[in-house]
Amino acid sequence: MALPVLEARIQKRFAPVAGSSSGSLEEASALDVAFDTPPGFTILFGASGAGKTTVLNCIAGMVRPDAGRIVADDTVLFDAEQRIHLPVARRRVGYVFQDLALFPHLTVEQNIAYGLANLDRQEQKTRTDSVLSSFRIEPLRHRKPAQISGGERQRVALARELVTDPRALLLDEPLAALDLPTKSLIIDDLRAWNLLRRVPILYVTHTRDEVFALGERVLVLDRGRILAQGTPHEVMTTPRYETVAQLAGFENIFDAEVEAVHEDRGTMTCKVMSCKVMTCKVRTREATDDQATPREAATQEVASGEVTSAEVKPGEVTPGEVTAGEVTAGAVTAADPPPTVNSALVLETPLVRTAAGSRLRIAIRAGDVLLATTEPKEISARNVFPGKVFTVERRDVIILARVQTTADPQVEFLVQLTLAARDALGIAEGREVWLIIKTHSCHLVAR
Amino acid sequence: MNLQALWLTIRLATLVALALLVLGLPIAYWITYSRWRLKFLVEAVVALPLVLPPTVLGFYLLIALGPRSPLGRWWQALTGHTLVFTFEGLLVGSILYSLPFAVQPFAAAFAGVDDSLLAASAMLGASRWRTFRRIILPLSVTGLVTGTVLSFAHTLGEFGLVLMVGGNIPGVTRTVSIDIYDKVQAVDYAGANQTAQLLLVISFLLLSCVYAVNRAVGYPAGFGNTVPQRKNKNGAAGA
Repeated sequence: MALPVLEARIQKRFAPVAGSSSGSLEEASALDVAFDTPPGFTILFGASGAGKTTVLNCIAGMVRPDAGRIVADDTVLFDAEQRIHLPVARRRVGYVFQDLALFPHLTVEQNIAYGLANLDRQEQKTRTDSVLSSFRIEPLRHRKPAQISGGERQRVALARELVTDPRALLLDEPLAALDLPTKSLIIDDLRAWNLLRRVPILYVTHTRDEVFALGERVLVLDRGRILAQGTPHEVMTTPRYETVAQLAGFENIFDAEVEAVHEDRGTMTCKVMSCKVMTCKVRTREATDDQATPREAATQEVASGEVTSAEVKPGEVTPGEVTAGEVTAGAVTAADPPPTVNSALVLETPLVRTAAGSRLRIAIRAGDVLLATTEPKEISARNVFPGKVFTVERRDVIILARVQTTADPQVEFLVQLTLAARDALGIAEGREVWLIIKTHSCHLVAR
Repeated sequence: MNLQALWLTIRLATLVALALLVLGLPIAYWITYSRWRLKFLVEAVVALPLVLPPTVLGFYLLIALGPRSPLGRWWQALTGHTLVFTFEGLLVGSILYSLPFAVQPFAAAFAGVDDSLLAASAMLGASRWRTFRRIILPLSVTGLVTGTVLSFAHTLGEFGLVLMVGGNIPGVTRTVSIDIYDKVQAVDYAGANQTAQLLLVISFLLLSCVYAVNRAVGYPAGFGNTVPQRKNKNGAAGA
């Protein structure tokens, strides 16, 4: 039986920030999360400022939550009601900081043995030797942190925490600075170590690639709330919320209205009702709701949550759609409404339980849009419509083209293609093209 | 040369430096890590001797240690003699006078230790005391050396305070700087020069020591995941 080894319910309100962009002293940020972390890797994913590090700091005991309960391996670390707040030194939680914080005046071996002071010498030596060999840093034993490489330092930092047999391991982007091969070798060793011990590992990152590379589970955090959780594939490839879609790299997001529902075919048609909702950047905290008082903001959240469940019911999906992980309803805050248009563009999308006339959002990856220079006939893709290229941008070996639709020049798509494809089709500014999008490349996202 | 005065001065300076090592560490620790709102007042008091004329400090000490003050009376009841114009009185005055020269380098060194190292130490189960002993102190070596040597050197050279609190009693409170003053008053320029030169050389040597130690032991402040600062030329020297 797999026990949920780390349970956290954390609520924390932070003092208003004076001199914020809105100039409002009312603006306060709050953290409100609840999750269970079973043994193995769990990714805590979110943009900068989402509250990822604060979650770790609360679990580690460096920040005291206002309310909630944190339990690791059957030990209560924090309980607001019972007034339990174990001091950092007694939590036995491993925490690897972004800057690693190796003790510069101690050797690798001394760094690793630092947390074993309460054990006798023989036991210290046995444990240190074992972890030194597991992380392949035995030859570095007598060196100081300044005398070893970056990747080696990461290994020492991990070993130093793991040797103490922690109840849980918290990693705050410790591998962010490393190249991919070095990183994956370290992760392999960490996984191997953890196979026997089954410690819950909470790994914070803001990089999408790391989510797919590491995660058995992912928690998506935005503005102090968990938006979605599940396997990386579920959460990241079929995002239920706009924020998740943005974080997961869906470059094209549109407001849309359901025009017709074809239950027999498992599809529906949606009319695009806005220009692109977002650019590739994650929305910053300048939306109007930030200026509202916390109470007003909360009301807005509840309101939008109700709308969500009434219209798109994220939990009820047709069998045709990949089942996503749990979705926390009522967690999406209202964003700036994009300029509304009443375009003639209609997209065919997968079916969700909803009625004609309801509003939702459609997210499409730039890499899922195909271009053709002549009108494709007899093609399985259901969304085929003409457009015109108006900018072409090169990023390394990737070409990003912005294409206006002929149906409505205000509606534009970002399309990703290869250098070879650009040259073969002669994609350049002003080129008339056909856009092709499969039905299942149109992901429906709650607003 | 007045060897008696020299011996007395060195004894005094050594005791002051040792006393400040013991007293200064907790004060510096408190100044560095306390979150008390009125901490700045304590910092100002500790720094006062830097700006106050030694005669002012000496004057108040004279009163505070004299036979009419509670402290002076207590000391008299305990030992049978007053604190003023004694070596002990001189010691107390010198400790106060050199306090900032020890506490400020200590506190600066403590503040230079990366907070994340302290957090890491706590995460690994270490108590505050263990963190202080194993992390803060070793990483503050340069500050400890600086503070101790500065308080020693500063005591060597003090004059006004000694005159006010200690007077000029040979073998008890007559220090080297007073001796130089006496010799100049007596138009013994050769004798004054001899002693002055000795003080100059000692002070220079001490300060050179401070800078040499700082250079040799210096851990880069805020050491984290940075590029190695001092690369070991032999590569794996320890391996």
